[in-house]
Amino acid sequence: MKSVDSMTDAPDQKLLMEHSVPGRRGVRLPPLDVPEQPLPESSLLRDNLPLPELSQPEVVRYFTRLSQLNYSVDTHFYPLGSCTMKYNPKVNDQVASLPGMASIHPLAPEESSQGALKLMHRLQDYLSDISGMAATSLATMAGAQGELSGVLMIRAYHLERGQPQRRTMLIPDSAHGTNPASAAMGGFQVTSIPSDSHGNMDLTALKEVVNDDLAGIMLTVPSTLGLFENDIVEICDVVHRAGGLVYGDGANMNALLGQAKLGELGFDVMHINLHKTFSTPHGGGGPGSGPVCAGEWLAPYLPGPIVEDNGQEYQLTMPAKSIGKVSAFHGNFGVLVRAYAYIRALGGEGLRQVSEDAVLNANYLMAKLKDAYDLSYDRLCMHEVVLSASRQKKQGVRGLDIAKRLLDYGFHAPTMYFPLIVDEALMIEPTEAESKETLDAFIEAMLSIANEVAEDPDIVSHAPHTTPVSRLDEVRAARQPDLRWQPGR
Amino acid sequence: MYPDNRRYSREHEWVLIESDGRALVGITDYAQEQLGDVVFVELPEAGTQLDQSQKMGEVESVKAVSDLFTPLTGEVAEVNQALVDHPELINDDPHDKGWMVRLASVDATQLDSLLSASEYESFLAELG
Amino acid sequence: MAESPTFSPYTPNTPADREEMLRAIGVSSIQDLFGDIPQTFRTPSLSIPPPLSEMELQRELEALAAENHRAVQGPCFLGAGAYRQFIPAVVQAIASRGEFLTSYTPYQPEVSQGTLKAIYEFQTMTCQLFDMEVANAGMYDGATSLAEGALMACRVTRRYKVAYLDTLSPSYLQVLTTYTAAQDVQPYPVSADSAATLEPDTACLVVQHPNFFGYLEDLADLEQAARRAGALLVVSTDPIAAGMIRPPGSYGADIVTAEGQPLGIPMSFGGPYVGLFTCKSEYLRQLPGRIAGRTVDSQGQPAYVLTLQTREQHIRRERATSNICTAEALIGLMATVYLATLGKEGLREVAELCYHKAHYAASIIQDIPGYSLPLNGTFFREFVVQCPRPPAEINATLLKQGILGGLDVSDMIPNGVLLCVTEMNTRDDIDALAAALRELGR
Repeated sequence: MKSVDSMTDAPDQKLLMEHSVPGRRGVRLPPLDVPEQPLPESSLLRDNLPLPELSQPEVVRYFTRLSQLNYSVDTHFYPLGSCTMKYNPKVNDQVASLPGMASIHPLAPEESSQGALKLMHRLQDYLSDISGMAATSLATMAGAQGELSGVLMIRAYHLERGQPQRRTMLIPDSAHGTNPASAAMGGFQVTSIPSDSHGNMDLTALKEVVNDDLAGIMLTVPSTLGLFENDIVEICDVVHRAGGLVYGDGANMNALLGQAKLGELGFDVMHINLHKTFSTPHGGGGPGSGPVCAGEWLAPYLPGPIVEDNGQEYQLTMPAKSIGKVSAFHGNFGVLVRAYAYIRALGGEGLRQVSEDAVLNANYLMAKLKDAYDLSYDRLCMHEVVLSASRQKKQGVRGLDIAKRLLDYGFHAPTMYFPLIVDEALMIEPTEAESKETLDAFIEAMLSIANEVAEDPDIVSHAPHTTPVSRLDEVRAARQPDLRWQPGR
Repeated sequence: MYPDNRRYSREHEWVLIESDGRALVGITDYAQEQLGDVVFVELPEAGTQLDQSQKMGEVESVKAVSDLFTPLTGEVAEVNQALVDHPELINDDPHDKGWMVRLASVDATQLDSLLSASEYESFLAELG
Repeated sequence: MAESPTFSPYTPNTPADREEMLRAIGVSSIQDLFGDIPQTFRTPSLSIPPPLSEMELQRELEALAAENHRAVQGPCFLGAGAYRQFIPAVVQAIASRGEFLTSYTPYQPEVSQGTLKAIYEFQTMTCQLFDMEVANAGMYDGATSLAEGALMACRVTRRYKVAYLDTLSPSYLQVLTTYTAAQDVQPYPVSADSAATLEPDTACLVVQHPNFFGYLEDLADLEQAARRAGALLVVSTDPIAAGMIRPPGSYGADIVTAEGQPLGIPMSFGGPYVGLFTCKSEYLRQLPGRIAGRTVDSQGQPAYVLTLQTREQHIRRERATSNICTAEALIGLMATVYLATLGKEGLREVAELCYHKAHYAASIIQDIPGYSLPLNGTFFREFVVQCPRPPAEINATLLKQGILGGLDVSDMIPNGVLLCVTEMNTRDDIDALAAALRELGR
């Protein structure tokens, strides 16, 4: 069941500072080639720099062995719902590393970085087209920053129209935590809207809460349940008629590429996660990029800078009524290059095929697993399926345990306990980049675990058994925080 | 199983009126079980004036945060300092050593609006 | 060799695979799976150019890259928040390993010990660099880290004004303004003099050190000023400077942030970078971002896990310390590898190389007729030169000679240019720059 041989070696228990030996060096620097200059007074200088001392081979081995303790897309099926863990094409990394891309200073004269600006301008256009919006800003460095920008744009829009009382943001109870967190950072009060028994937003509940204080609504489409809102047009309509605006969380765009444009459905502004839908690597928690796409009436408020084509050259400019800068420079260019390359490799038809295969694969998993596991909503899903382990809970095994047992089978677990409104939720998103053989192996593992729950529940509830470390004492980690190496420990 | 000499709120707090009229407040065994292992508790400062049902603090487990509400109007006289280093007392002994807040100048008429032990147990049974 | 027009090497599904799966699901075509989308909006057309083969893609990107050659070749004297510094080969070798590059946020710690232990090392080294007690796993960049630091100070002190020393980077100020505007937090500028008496309700004093112009500020004095006002001291610093300059933590700073890009990260036209964020341990519960902690597993083995997650958005939602989710983990890893490789002696040496070369450059440039150094104080690796002509003209000429000149700051200092010298600039580079400036000054 172990799928990576190196995992039989026990992990190195020492830290870099514990490997450190005085006098070892990891790299040589050239000698000073200018005359030595007078130093500042000693009170301004530091007397001790407590960093480790290691030779280069030690550094390489330490980090290489560390890497071997990870599951990753390159090594394992990684069906994390709403994360879109698809294959990260290597050519994208290659072109992003070209010196002409990787070594440009962000403040270099624009005449000397036209290639970079052209790439950004084209990417803006592609994302505007895909989202059905008028304009795009690439300045935001993650989805959450895209969300914050979006709500700040909505705020600016209402303030300019003399509507400062519009301080309420509506958010479905199934939403990702960044949505209410971003709304709060944007100075809004959050009102939660429940979902109905079909997994759609409760339209009646929505109509009851819209009033003159409404700034807008934040919607994920398809929702975090992997379901397309049947009443999406009416939801947008209700909000618009009440004077509010509709923000789209584009985390689940993998289901909609080339199938529908949020701008056409009635959304006013949205963000896209390049590190999800557009294949840029997750890196263990970033870098990401969360471009913001806006309809014409919101485009002037986009965060800046954006790239404009004045007919002769490409330039960085701030939109006329921009909410401001959200990064010191222009966004995560290295991530933008990868997304651009991905879009160029696929073309429009290729993007459409991504969503077709993503939705097909998820429905295939659902069809094969719905007998052994409870489905929260018995309808076709989109690119992800939410199972509930409530049946297994009655037999004493929880969703968490099933997730941990999957690790023994050589699969990364799906997303657990999200969305919050589903009991013992397991959110599974295969993506389009997995073969049917992999999907079948995963199905087999899930069915095998369902059997184990019935016949040998302990092996599930005490999983994982074959990973480099077993279940961790998270309570101790929170009660006795140990967040860094300390000397003399 | 829930002591008779106390009153209970629907937010799963218990109140014990002490001999000097002050009120001792904590969370119930049901609450600590729902929370899981408590890792941190945030309590109000001494001297804080609270109205009944006002939020007075937070209890955290590894994966959840719960608000604490005062079951009675009153002034915070002292808080259980032992919980700073030993939040697990709330799990181990929620009705005694895991006490959280001692209130002075309480509005004792509000006790009637709270549940008795048997009423609280029925309430729990309904929650299923 | 005709391929199906929709063949993608990134997607395994063949028509036969699709057929089989459709049968298992019980629908006849893939479009049946999109029935929930109202018909009027289905399958819109896209104006994306036709797909490129990998070879064509390489050619296309190489052509775009080639258009940027003047920004990339030749000596660089431009800093102002992004720096051309030495990147050891080890950094990219480790960062390109698929196990680091293509893994997700480590929510399943049993199979993410690589990422988690690397974060713990990152947190350790960030603290050691700035002499601080606690660090998070990194934020987007130096500017947003500073903005989050100011907001954190507001939460800790329950005050709503943020004082900033007027030598703060303009772009950092813009980001701070964006982040504080919607929360009714008011930033206001102070000078070195007016900092002595901060306004009441000031949550923190924000200082960039070395400042935007490259000069050190009087942190001892400014710390006193903050204390007098009951405010926190928030310092935005530079990690290379930390190799030789006394760290902000040693002055009692409450929150210290920095841009991590100089630590082995390519300039990459502005990102991705990583924001370093540290604070005193008493403020731990208000710290934004992810934190990795050390604990044990069920067998008693030491192991690492994301901890104190109740501060974060996925649990606390609208009451979270920040909305941040995806950050810059891989970039943090690169910085960690850089620091492990350079080490105690190496980082100090890099800092000293920068210092001496920058001071050499300053000394020969100020001897050129028409050029002077208008600012007083101690600088690290950046300094302002007042030129006899507009910097825009000077830089245009330098660019033709293949030299990237400093940042034009003539809107702040008449004919001022902000020059940066790092270990990557040779003596020949510096002498050539001086020669060019001399020519331009005639």
